[in-house]
Amino acid sequence: MYALVDCNNFYASCERVFKPALARKPIVILSNNDGCIISRSDEAKTLGIPMGAPEFKVRQELKEKDICVFSSNYALYGDLSQRVMKILRQFTPHVEEYSIDEAFMDFDGVPVTDFFDYGLQMKSRIQKWLGLPVSVGVAPTKALSKVANKIARKFPEKTKGVYVIDTDEKRLKALKWTKVEDIWGIGFRLKKKAKAQHIHTALDFIQPQHEAWIKRQMGVVGLRLKRELEGKPVLTLDTPLEEKKSIAITRSFPKQLSDFDALRERVTTFAAVCAEKLRKQNSCCHTIVVMLVVDRHKYESDHYYYNKSVTLPFATNSTLTLSNAAVALLKELHPGHEGIKFKKAGVIVTEIVPENTKQFHLFEEENPKHLAIMKTLDGLNAKMGDRKVKLATQNLTRTWNMNQNHLSPRYTTQFDEILEIKCP
Amino acid sequence: MPIKKKNALTFHQPEQESLLRIPYVKDGVAAGFPSPAADFMETGIDLNKELCKNPLATFYIKVSGNSMIDAGINDKDVLVVDRSLEPQNNKIAVCFIDGGFTVKRISIKKDGLYLMPENASFQPIKVTEENDLVIWGMVTYVIKSV
Repeated sequence: MYALVDCNNFYASCERVFKPALARKPIVILSNNDGCIISRSDEAKTLGIPMGAPEFKVRQELKEKDICVFSSNYALYGDLSQRVMKILRQFTPHVEEYSIDEAFMDFDGVPVTDFFDYGLQMKSRIQKWLGLPVSVGVAPTKALSKVANKIARKFPEKTKGVYVIDTDEKRLKALKWTKVEDIWGIGFRLKKKAKAQHIHTALDFIQPQHEAWIKRQMGVVGLRLKRELEGKPVLTLDTPLEEKKSIAITRSFPKQLSDFDALRERVTTFAAVCAEKLRKQNSCCHTIVVMLVVDRHKYESDHYYYNKSVTLPFATNSTLTLSNAAVALLKELHPGHEGIKFKKAGVIVTEIVPENTKQFHLFEEENPKHLAIMKTLDGLNAKMGDRKVKLATQNLTRTWNMNQNHLSPRYTTQFDEILEIKCP
Repeated sequence: MPIKKKNALTFHQPEQESLLRIPYVKDGVAAGFPSPAADFMETGIDLNKELCKNPLATFYIKVSGNSMIDAGINDKDVLVVDRSLEPQNNKIAVCFIDGGFTVKRISIKKDGLYLMPENASFQPIKVTEENDLVIWGMVTYVIKSV
């Protein structure tokens, strides 16, 4: 059996741990740089604050409705997330950290007789130890555990926050209840196409007459999904439904930039983060793209988006190779635009292949020393945290001061920011 | 799957994050008479391990104010707070009552539950049904600079 454990409104819940007075109050969390809304408490959802709304557009509404606003405090969320994951590992050694607030669990080899009771224990331990509410879905496959989780989240009173799909009857009922767009891996584009085929629910989706359509539209990923929804496990922990096809790191600047050195620093850093992410998932990329975006409202020209890409002769995940390539691309992009102020830049890596299957080029190849350097780099940064070891083209002292006007203290990671209680 | 008593199995994660001091036995390879202490070498004392029994549920909290000085909790002291412990009579807890945090000793008396200060110039708080009380965590140690 598999479980999906999901923290309810994770960022908002983290803020409440140290501010219990906000327990039933509406809360929203803003993205990096206080750009737009990325997390809402149930109360804020009820008040109709849309997900992803730019902060400046809803500022008045937030004020009028007396909604608490927070900048994202990733130091806090990251620490609490790690604690959640470690508590889950007390219930089974097989835990896949799917995202900061979600984990898949595999109970293979764990003698559990009552999954509902086991799920309740997980939920109440996380609630008691950390003060965070979670929903638990248990089912014979990963895709079904997602479905079960949605049911647990949607009907907290009836399910107590834990739902187990352990019979065919429950499975079919759950699939009938699940809208096609809520199936794991089905996005907006596919939803429209599915509706045109009269596929409205997950139960419609697995009907035999749609198999050809699924194969055509979604390929092997869709067929895997169908099998999983039928209750036949095909995905194990750490096999994602779909490999990431590209990794993009893009950021808006607090102040617009035109200076080449400043842009080079940013682009190098983005390339370094891309490389680190590639190494984390044991893959390499073939192609790298650098993009620059101009503030459209400030210039009359239609041309506001610049990008350039290069396909490397060999697949790589070396920070050195990728940042060199990124700087070379920036050098090609920048001339002629000296006066232009850019509001955003990004690095995207694509054509991602698993590290062990990369083809060796006959004449050009990665310097084998890079592998050792990257291992040391990752090891040091894991030990010291905060990406302490950087390239010289990256800025060592300056942390890019983001707009974080509503930031709460880093209660669990900085000794001088711990919670202070007044007694009396 | 063998049928066992519910939750008979508990998994324990090794603690890997704490910096454990392992002494270096200097005369390990010397050819002379071996140090008689070498067999009795122990690892150093790790305060993380001693003061923080359950790191996953432990939080550090700073106190300001004097209502608990008779319990040895002074202004600017740091409390080690374990949320996994059950509230107990006569133990000190971080409480959240009617919208504010406070640190008090839990006292169950004949006529009900009290939050007791440890300073004669402060009044005990009698908890009634009107109050909204959450026991946030139990205080296990006080860290102070002297």
